[in-house]
Amino acid sequence: MATVTGAPPLAPAPGPEERSPRRRGRLTPYWLLLPGMLWLLVFFALPMVYQASTSVQTGSLEEGYRVTWHFATYWDAVTDYWPQFLRSVAYAGAATVLCLLLGYPLAYLIAFRAGRWRNLVLVLVIAPFFTSFLIRTLAWKTILADGGPVVGALDALHVLDVTSWLGVTAGDRVLATPLAVVCGLTYNFLPFMILPLYTSLERIDGRLHEAAGDLYARPFTTFRKVTFPLSAPGVVSGTLLTFIPASGDYVNADLLGSPDTRMAGNVIQTQFLRVLDYPTAAALSFLLMAGILAIVTLYIRRSGTEDLV
Amino acid sequence: MTFLRSLSRRLKRRLVVIAGLLTLGYLLLPNIVVTVFSFNDPKGRFNYEWQRFSTDAWTDPCGVAGLCGSLSLSLQLAAWATLGATVLGTMTAFALVRYRFRARGAVNSLIFLPMAMPEVVMAASLLTLFLNLGAELGFRTILIAHVVFCLSFVVTAVKARVMSMDPRLEQAAQDLYAGPLQTFLRVTLPIAAPGIAAGALLAFALSFDDFIITNFTAGSTVTFPMFVWGSAQRGTPVQINVVGTAVFLVAVLCVLAAMVMGNRRNRRRAS
Repeated sequence: MATVTGAPPLAPAPGPEERSPRRRGRLTPYWLLLPGMLWLLVFFALPMVYQASTSVQTGSLEEGYRVTWHFATYWDAVTDYWPQFLRSVAYAGAATVLCLLLGYPLAYLIAFRAGRWRNLVLVLVIAPFFTSFLIRTLAWKTILADGGPVVGALDALHVLDVTSWLGVTAGDRVLATPLAVVCGLTYNFLPFMILPLYTSLERIDGRLHEAAGDLYARPFTTFRKVTFPLSAPGVVSGTLLTFIPASGDYVNADLLGSPDTRMAGNVIQTQFLRVLDYPTAAALSFLLMAGILAIVTLYIRRSGTEDLV
Repeated sequence: MTFLRSLSRRLKRRLVVIAGLLTLGYLLLPNIVVTVFSFNDPKGRFNYEWQRFSTDAWTDPCGVAGLCGSLSLSLQLAAWATLGATVLGTMTAFALVRYRFRARGAVNSLIFLPMAMPEVVMAASLLTLFLNLGAELGFRTILIAHVVFCLSFVVTAVKARVMSMDPRLEQAAQDLYAGPLQTFLRVTLPIAAPGIAAGALLAFALSFDDFIITNFTAGSTVTFPMFVWGSAQRGTPVQINVVGTAVFLVAVLCVLAAMVMGNRRNRRRAS
């Protein structure tokens, strides 16, 4: 809300309705909003309506489609593609947890320990964005190549034995396994976790740490009772900014995975652009949206931060 | 006892630093690989295995059919999308911060939803719209889509800046007999400029690097990310890495130069 409270009235006694500096023209806000809102209504809201309608149509490419309220499309989509949906949630969830575990120390480092290097480290976090993310994702093919140094080291440390037993890698390969996809997802969305974390950590008053220390809290206790709770808004927005795009992603699963690691995004892409089965594709897309909105709403409720929106 | 405590505290400090630096390495490793492999001379069609050093790709960056064309298309697209999203987004942000009006909640959620939705859903729904309207897929449809998803980010960036602005400055300008237009151009706009610039930069970066939404709305038009995607199937030319490295270096140098200049200005102001 943007009221101008706190500013002493310079003009003669403004009424409660007229505290904003420009008080002429009651229609001005509507004129300002018109083009942007029109754009979003026509090209964001209307497409959703079309998609909803397409998902209950039947017909074929040649004869055209008609709305027949054929809800069975949804049922078929769920029974045919539930593994891909499950995988989407699992991979995106794993990537989000990894992002939090990897990103928190770095955000903490930038906020409290980097000193005069702070800006430089921040630039280094954002810098990868300047190279197209597709090129960077392809670089993971080189890094995780069969028989390469990374895979060799993991094998020597018997990490691959554990991951194979868990079913996320296959034999001495990392590429074309779930681990590679999760690794790519984690990498691609890590900055979206680090930046909100950093923003909320940076706001914490350093004297709180000192106070906790003075009250004989050990460093870990200080972290658990002071730092982490105060950074909660950053954790919530960081996890959302990671989970939402990761769950709809199909680039990582396509470039680093195999047919066995296809996610919901892959199915939607194939149905829309290759199979051209529009009703099924629209139904899948709707299901993905509904699923994610449900998970996100539940998560925001549970984490108790409703002032995000 | 104090010694032990200080030792453990120091170790814990180091632990955070080490973990943070490892993450930073994880973030930067692919960029290093991209740069190193821009000097590769691969044997087959794919540039995934190191063969030997060569500067061929750097001396002939446009040597691959379609690459430079797609690059210039992406730049044009990003420029137009930035313009559109920045104008619409700035107007929307001003209306949201400066005025009270009905349906504010609806407007806010219409701006928030595109950011809270997986890209593939937005892309798929836009494609349904275009197919239903019989629109020809190409530059125009990509541009429309890019303005949609850049708009919300511009609104957020501009809103943050305008909100932190002292309204008394504008009142002062009006007390000094500046008209509404003059006040806006000489006071409001210069103060809001950093927010607008940040929003525009973000929009440019998002549009230039977008793949998923472009993939759905492009038809047979090939932007740079589309070119990279296609080459992942057919064979990756070294020139892709050259472009990736060059853009990276130019951008990082610009940011560093801006940082150094900002530091200098601050120091001059302080002295």
